[in-house]
Amino acid sequence: MTWKSKDLLTLEELSASEIQTILDTASSFKEVSTRSVKKVPALRGRTVVLFFQEPSTRTRVSFELAAKRLSADILNVQTASSSLVKGETLIDTLKTLESMTIDALVVRHKCSGVPLMLANMTNATVINAGDGFHEHPTQGLLDLLTIREQKGKIEGLTVTIIGDITHSRVARSNIHGLQKMGAKVRVCAPTTLMPMGIEKMGVEVYHDLDKALKDTDVVYVLRLQLERQKKNLFPTIREYSILYGVTNERLKRAKKDAIVMHPGPMNRGVEISSGVADGPASVIDEQVTNGVAVRMAVLYLLKGEKTQGENA
Amino acid sequence: MTSKVKAVVMEAKDIERALTRIAHEILERNKGIKDLVLIGIKSRGEVLAERLAVKIKSIEGTEVPCGALDITFYRDDTDTHQPDKAPEQTELPFDVTGKKVILVDDVLYTGRSARAAIDEIIDFGRPTAIQLAVLVDRGHREFPIHADYVGKNIPSSAKEEVLVRVKERDGKDEVVIAESEK
Amino acid sequence: MKSILIQNGHVVDPANQIDGEADVFIQDGKIVKVGKGLKVKADQLINAKGKIVTPGLVDIHVHLREPGFEYKETIASGTLAAVAGGVTSVACMPNTNPPIDDQAIVYFIKSKAEKEGHCHVFPVGCISKRREGAEMSEVGELKKAGAVGLSDDGAPIMNAELMRRVMEYAKMHDLVVIDHCEDMDLSNNGVMNEGHASTVLGLRGIPAASETVMVARNILLAEMTGAKFHVAHMSTAGSVELVRQAKKKGLNVTAETAPHYWSLSDKSIKNYNANFKMNPPLRSEEDVAAIRKALKEGIIDCIATDHAPHSSTEKQCEFDEAAFGIVGLETLFAVTYSHLVEPGVVSLSRAIELLTTAPSKIVGINKGTLSEGVDADVAIFDITTEKKVDVNQFKSKGRNSPFNGWNLRGWCELTIVSGEIKFKSGE
Repeated sequence: MTWKSKDLLTLEELSASEIQTILDTASSFKEVSTRSVKKVPALRGRTVVLFFQEPSTRTRVSFELAAKRLSADILNVQTASSSLVKGETLIDTLKTLESMTIDALVVRHKCSGVPLMLANMTNATVINAGDGFHEHPTQGLLDLLTIREQKGKIEGLTVTIIGDITHSRVARSNIHGLQKMGAKVRVCAPTTLMPMGIEKMGVEVYHDLDKALKDTDVVYVLRLQLERQKKNLFPTIREYSILYGVTNERLKRAKKDAIVMHPGPMNRGVEISSGVADGPASVIDEQVTNGVAVRMAVLYLLKGEKTQGENA
Repeated sequence: MTSKVKAVVMEAKDIERALTRIAHEILERNKGIKDLVLIGIKSRGEVLAERLAVKIKSIEGTEVPCGALDITFYRDDTDTHQPDKAPEQTELPFDVTGKKVILVDDVLYTGRSARAAIDEIIDFGRPTAIQLAVLVDRGHREFPIHADYVGKNIPSSAKEEVLVRVKERDGKDEVVIAESEK
Repeated sequence: MKSILIQNGHVVDPANQIDGEADVFIQDGKIVKVGKGLKVKADQLINAKGKIVTPGLVDIHVHLREPGFEYKETIASGTLAAVAGGVTSVACMPNTNPPIDDQAIVYFIKSKAEKEGHCHVFPVGCISKRREGAEMSEVGELKKAGAVGLSDDGAPIMNAELMRRVMEYAKMHDLVVIDHCEDMDLSNNGVMNEGHASTVLGLRGIPAASETVMVARNILLAEMTGAKFHVAHMSTAGSVELVRQAKKKGLNVTAETAPHYWSLSDKSIKNYNANFKMNPPLRSEEDVAAIRKALKEGIIDCIATDHAPHSSTEKQCEFDEAAFGIVGLETLFAVTYSHLVEPGVVSLSRAIELLTTAPSKIVGINKGTLSEGVDADVAIFDITTEKKVDVNQFKSKGRNSPFNGWNLRGWCELTIVSGEIKFKSGE
């Protein structure tokens, strides 16, 4: 198990064996979170900056907890408190942070590609915590871990991702990750929320939820950004819910032992009914638990060489 | 990294005898099994701890709780050392507070693994004592650590490797000295 | 003024059907004679053996940025970049600040160009006042001041009624209407071509239809009004088809494309490098093939750079936030030669035509030839030596080129503007 890369930017660039390593490592870290002292010294003395330029609670908290359980020092830099609002460029902000000799930068940004851009400009480890509509690799990894735990394997499963594929970085990371691990991926959305050329990513495209759910092992429901309605991407929330809302009735089309996943936060009664979200098929809470373990694994594997002084 | 075997220094019988002796020494020194727990350092220390538990049971008739540590996250060389496999889980199915912990490892060398293990155990609670049992002590200590129970002292050169092999993992019980070929 | 004799070069002058070894004699800033083995006395001899000698190139789509955005480019730096690329005449777009929507700005640019410029500068006037797309600018006055065409470049004319009236009115003044054809609603804040590449990168897409729809509308209005209509920076297969039909009908419709639309596609966008971001965006491989075919078949009339310099801060940032546009003057001929002529899409003389006489005709300027008596604008190119593009060597203030690091042939050796040597490579 050798880990070459400095950064984790996408699942597109990872190999199946690298994903395997992360998942195996994450499994071991799950145990740490069950101890009374939920902490190991693996990242003691390291500084991890959580650079979140888009509102996010779940992912940030999950990364923060992960870094803390590894004994790293954490610095939160968020839009409101950063100088970005004062007109400083992204590069200058990065240089400022770098001058403080940070070790890792966890980046969430509304613009696709920003983590990649920053990674090319710094020696610090950069972890993509979600960029625009591009990728959200740690979400993809925690989803893979959850599926592997629940199903005992990933290879050969049929996973159906339902919702706004166009604007979903979660969908893209899952498509890459699941395909690398040998799963078959279906995507299901209204034509207006299905991005052009998606079939070239090797997925099966559906617009009819009932057909998409047939014989599915994993039902992955995406969050619907309700404000997209104003952009004419669907007529009303009511109609979306009727056509694409996952309910217990519709879930019957999937395999008997199918599991239901959601990256959160949920719009109950829109893309997923409460009956499904709280039902026996739901593994949504498991996803959250696995999120911390996966992020611990990623931070641990990517920790790289310790930052030395400027001239060392 | 591959190694060329130079000599077999302990055979299965030798290992068996050494473990039997250590089991007796543990009982003698601790005056029985009250509050005693065995914790092996993964992976071969775990196997040896389980064997000691069986021996102690055959002597005293009572089960001693057994756990296992993966010390990867407590290593002091994480900056330079790339582990060759994903870390495993630590399994301590008991509370260590108030216990006499017998820490079991295959080889005692620099003392750094023992240090990591002690630190990890302390994160789980406050044992009344930690004692160290090893199958082989090969010298070259870098930390002020000594073993309370030693199967065999094997003076070795730093260029050599002392490899403990156990049936459960390696198909065969033996201790060998090998030339390290880096 | 001294005389210059350029000897033994391979002269390509499509206007006069010259394509072979010849000498070019220049006196008092004018072309005196082009012919084999000229027996004349000249103050300066230039040996062009093994080199290509052409009329100075004409680029009818350039952003000089002055006035208003001098930090990106000035008339001085932009025209220096032009002559470094063998370009001796540029038509500059009016998206300056203030925009070229009245005579004063036209005069300002012309006088600045005369004082500080290195080549001929022909301003393009605004279609609408303040480039707001609402009220027609003083088209007649702009023409009188010297504007060679009309455009709100960068901003499309979304209002079809305004476009109709401008076409009608411009026709009366014999001015070509140049439109940046884009339906802003369809573009919907997109930043690259919509397709598989944008889907994988997670970037907002600009559909090909956003250009094609506007080309269609404008062609219909050109048909109705009889105006001269020119499609700026054409990039889609659909637009090519529409222009093909318009030409078949005999309409007064012309089109240009830029080197990046035949040498790069949306698949070229790597690492979210904003030097690959321009508007219209790099299109699909199918569109690229259609553009090459259209150049071969003559559906596209000319090549223009859409030279759009930006500061590094405007480019080294989030792809979404980065400015649209790339520089092109200094790589114009090299990309044309290496990626159009060498692969055999067009002949060398056809390429020169696309870069000289054809664009001159569209904006109605007497440029792009080596005819006797015209301004002596001449460029000499080396088409044998391969050289790497290095943006840090650019004369332009802009470093925003997607071609940085490319190995190309077709570099400018020497540029003469009105009989004066304005650029010599290595100096």
